[in-house]
Amino acid sequence: MKKIIVTSLISLMLATNVSAGTDGENNLSKKNSGEVKDCFESVNRATFKFNQVLDGVIFEPVAKAYRVLPSPVRVGASNALDNLSTLVTIPNNILQGELKKASVNTGRFIVNTTVGIVGIFDVAEKIGFVEYEKEDYGQTLGVMGVGAGCYIVLPVLGPSTVRGTVGSFANILGGDAWYNITVANDTQHFSEFDYYVSRVSSGINFRAKNIDSFENLEKNSIDFYASVRSLYLQDRQKKITNSNSITETQDDSDWEEIETQ
Amino acid sequence: MKLKKFLIFTFVIINFVVFNNHSYSMEPDVFVQSTVNRASEALNNKYSIEEKIEKLKVIASETVDIDGISRYTLGSYKNKITDSQMIEYKVLFRQYFLKTFASRLAEYSNPEIKVISKKKLNEKYAMVSSILVSTEQRPEVKIDWRISTKNPDNPLIINLVIEGLSLARTQKEEFSSIIQNNDGDINALFSTLKEFNK
Repeated sequence: MKKIIVTSLISLMLATNVSAGTDGENNLSKKNSGEVKDCFESVNRATFKFNQVLDGVIFEPVAKAYRVLPSPVRVGASNALDNLSTLVTIPNNILQGELKKASVNTGRFIVNTTVGIVGIFDVAEKIGFVEYEKEDYGQTLGVMGVGAGCYIVLPVLGPSTVRGTVGSFANILGGDAWYNITVANDTQHFSEFDYYVSRVSSGINFRAKNIDSFENLEKNSIDFYASVRSLYLQDRQKKITNSNSITETQDDSDWEEIETQ
Repeated sequence: MKLKKFLIFTFVIINFVVFNNHSYSMEPDVFVQSTVNRASEALNNKYSIEEKIEKLKVIASETVDIDGISRYTLGSYKNKITDSQMIEYKVLFRQYFLKTFASRLAEYSNPEIKVISKKKLNEKYAMVSSILVSTEQRPEVKIDWRISTKNPDNPLIINLVIEGLSLARTQKEEFSSIIQNNDGDINALFSTLKEFNK
């Protein structure tokens, strides 16, 4: 298993390097969405269709059922999942040199895990902690200046980039404390089952929050795949710059294009 | 006496000019709030879906720079097409825009949007920040409005940025994808738009 992971990791890293060294004009990199190339578009589109079928059969119905649960239950579950995600956010805050954020998020995790009963209640927010921003290893690579590489659509997991996928391997190579105590190490308190339940719940929680937006987008898109790709890449860029300022996340200059016609 | 008459005349003229300027120019944030209020009224449940859609189309026609967005979403292709193709494209885009705009909003009932702040970007554009108030079913959503202020008397919406994601940019990349996947043939986009507009 470990060999497969390491081999995949090396392959993906090579793919990142290949992409970083191209000028964007070769055959592999002929498609561009923003600054990220869709090098494997035909495969990505096929995977995207597969994911849509899977979503229609499993995730969407489950997410719709989940939405029927009372609001406090959904909020509690969402809070608990966010609380677990701070275990990945904190090391990434440190790697990005954001030591203040790391200490705030450590405080948030301690308060919410104890007083907030394993994170079900976001006590930290109530007592004035700043708004929580998730970080992951893909974002950290972006902050460090590693190029995004090609856009890829992963089976089941959905849109990503080569950089994002490489980053997510760090979670299972020791970068996620929750993974370490559930799957990697045999502790008496948690099992693999707990980890996978949290991952699946996280996916369902995300899907449930976005049911209306997804339906609306699909209904009103003439190329749904391209719309999702654009929105995903914009969202990642925004998260890497850690900016809420629209003038920073959205380039103003391209609006001047319309003045010429 | 002549001087008095002259001063009164000058005073009246100045007042007229100042009064006119103030009465017609509209601040971007006031314009957004007013547009949102109009849309909220149109989305009132006393209207049928068809009535809502028609009302929203009228509002969009009056408050959105549809031609400006159409040029933007064509990206670099706008410099590669003929004048007649541009005319055809603008007609198709207007139909497409109004259809999707109305369809996107018609499913909402009484959405509550609060305008928070405004920022002048330059002489041509301003950005107005607002929030879509949370409900039981969805969290609070940040919506930023790019407003064209080239004509201060008639500001127009030119883009919506929802939680940092630009709808105009998404549209531009969607159109670009269709054209690229058809070897740069703009007619493929026209066909797709025609099909969608049916």
